[in-house]
Amino acid sequence: MLELKNIRFDVEDEAGRVDILKDVSFTVEKNKFVVITGPNGGGKSTLAKVIAGVLNPSYGSIWFNGQDITHLNITQRAKAGISYALQQPVRFKGIQVLDLMRIAAGKEMSIGECCDVLSRVGLCAKEYVNREINASLSGGELKRIEIATILTRGTQLSIFDEPEAGIDLWSFQSLIRVFEDMRASIKDSSILVISHQERILRIADEIIVVADGRIREQGPRDEILPHLLGTAAAVGVCERMSTEE
Amino acid sequence: MDQIQKRILAEVADLHAVPEGAYNIRANGESAGRRSTEHIQITPKTEQSGIEVRIAPNTRNESVHIPVVLSESGYKETVYNDFYIGENADVVIVAGCGIHNCGSQDAQHDGIHRFFVGKGARVRYVEKHYGEGDGEGKRILNPGTEVYMEENSAMEMEMVQIRGVDSTVRLTTAELAAGAKLTVKERLMTHGSQTADSIYKINLNGPNANADVVSRSVARDDSRQKFDACITANAPCRGHTECDSIIMDRGRILAVPALDANDADAELFHEAAIGKIAGEQLIKLMTLGLTEEEAEEQIINGFLR
Repeated sequence: MLELKNIRFDVEDEAGRVDILKDVSFTVEKNKFVVITGPNGGGKSTLAKVIAGVLNPSYGSIWFNGQDITHLNITQRAKAGISYALQQPVRFKGIQVLDLMRIAAGKEMSIGECCDVLSRVGLCAKEYVNREINASLSGGELKRIEIATILTRGTQLSIFDEPEAGIDLWSFQSLIRVFEDMRASIKDSSILVISHQERILRIADEIIVVADGRIREQGPRDEILPHLLGTAAAVGVCERMSTEE
Repeated sequence: MDQIQKRILAEVADLHAVPEGAYNIRANGESAGRRSTEHIQITPKTEQSGIEVRIAPNTRNESVHIPVVLSESGYKETVYNDFYIGENADVVIVAGCGIHNCGSQDAQHDGIHRFFVGKGARVRYVEKHYGEGDGEGKRILNPGTEVYMEENSAMEMEMVQIRGVDSTVRLTTAELAAGAKLTVKERLMTHGSQTADSIYKINLNGPNANADVVSRSVARDDSRQKFDACITANAPCRGHTECDSIIMDRGRILAVPALDANDADAELFHEAAIGKIAGEQLIKLMTLGLTEEEAEEQIINGFLR
C-alpha cells in the first residue's frame, strides 16, 4: 500500500548540512498496524511529515497504491487517502469543533454524527461541538479532537504521531479501542503509529525501529519487541508518565 | 424598493420582509418605510436629516431595525440618528448600511448615531456594513457613534464590515457612568486598495465602569487599516482593548492601543497582535483535504466569526 524508497531528508543549518533521514526504505502492506519507535530525535516525526507531504524528501520516492506520490502536495495526498494526526494539535481562533469535523468529513455532517465520533474518543459530545478549538481546550482534549478528525476521514492509511501524548490512562484504553475499530471498519486499511508505548507496541503487527535517521530494525512484533523491552523505545504507561512529569 | 435594494437589505440586516417591531428603512435618502410601536417611537428630525428613536422605560424584548440602502451612484448623505433608551429597558437595535455602486461617482453615507442609555437599561446594537457594484465610484461609509451611558446600564455593540467598502473612518466615543458596562466586538476585513480606520475613545467616569473592546481584522491585497483605541479611566474601573489582526499579501496594519489612567484604582489592559495565518493551521486543514486557498478561507471565516 505504502512504500518508501531510499528516503533522505536533510536541512541546512549554521553548522552545515544535517541529515535527518538517511536512506530509509520500508513498506506498509494492507491491513497492517505498524508502529514506528525509537529514541527521541531519531527522525520519526520527520518521517511522518514526509509521508503526509508536509516535508519534501531530498532524495528517494514515496509510493501509495502503486502511484508515485513523491511530488503530490499535502492536499493531493490527503485526497489520495492518507490522514495524518499531528503530534502537536493546532489551535484556531473562531473555528469550532463541529466546523473542523465537517471539514474532515468533506461534506455536511449532522450534529448527531459529529457527537458519535466525539464520544468514541471519550469526549462528552454535547459540551464540545460548539467549543472553539483554541487555548480554552486542554492538550488532552485537543489531542482527542485531532484523533476524531482522523476517525471522521476514515481513509485507507492513517498516520498518528504519538497519539497517546497528553492522554490520561482512562482514554489510553479507548485509544487502543479506536485503533481496533478503525481496522475493523475501514476495508483494507492500515495504521501507522509513532509511539514509545509498550501497550501500543504490543498490538502492532510490525515494528520499525528508527534511530539516528536510519532503520535499525524492522519486522513482526514477536521478533522485534523482545529486543525493545526495558529500553527507552518501549516504556510502560506509568513509567513514561512519571518521567514526563 | 427595487430588487437590488431588497438584496442589500438582506445583506446588512438579514431582512427578507418587513421586520417585526419598530423600523425605519432609508433608501437613497428617502424613507422606504417606518413603523413605531407602543413603546418605541420613531420620528423624523426637522432641522437635519435623520430620525429620533425614543424607547420607553422598562420596554422589554423589543427590537428596532434602521437599515440604510444606497444604490444611486454619486449620492452622498450625512444622517443624524438619536436613540433615547429609557431606564431599565432591554432592547435590540439593528442598524446597517449597504451601498450598491455601479457608476463612476462616489457613493457615501455618513451615519452619526447618538445613544443615550438610561439607568439600568440594556442595549444590544448590531451594525453591519457592506458594499458591492463594479463601477469606478467608491463606496464610502463613515460611521460616527457616540454612546452616553448612565449608571448601571449595559451596551453590547457588534460591528461588522467584511466586504466591499472602499473607505471607512469609524469613530466611536463613549462616556460611562458608575457601574456601566460597554462591550464592543468589531470584525473588519479590507481587500483591494481599501482603507479602514477604526478609532475608539472611551471614558470611564464612574466607579466600577467597565469597557471591553475586541477587534479582529484581516487586511488583504493592498489594503490599509488603522486601529486606534484609547480608554481613559477617571475612576476606580476596568478597561480592556484587544486588536488581533491577520495580515496578508501587501496589506498594512497600524495598531495604536492607548491607556490613560487618572485614578490609582483603575485597571486597564491592552493587547495587540498582528501576524500572518499560522503555517501549521494551513497544514492541518490541508491534511484534511482542503486546498491552500480553501484552508485560508476557513481560517479567515472562523477568525471573523
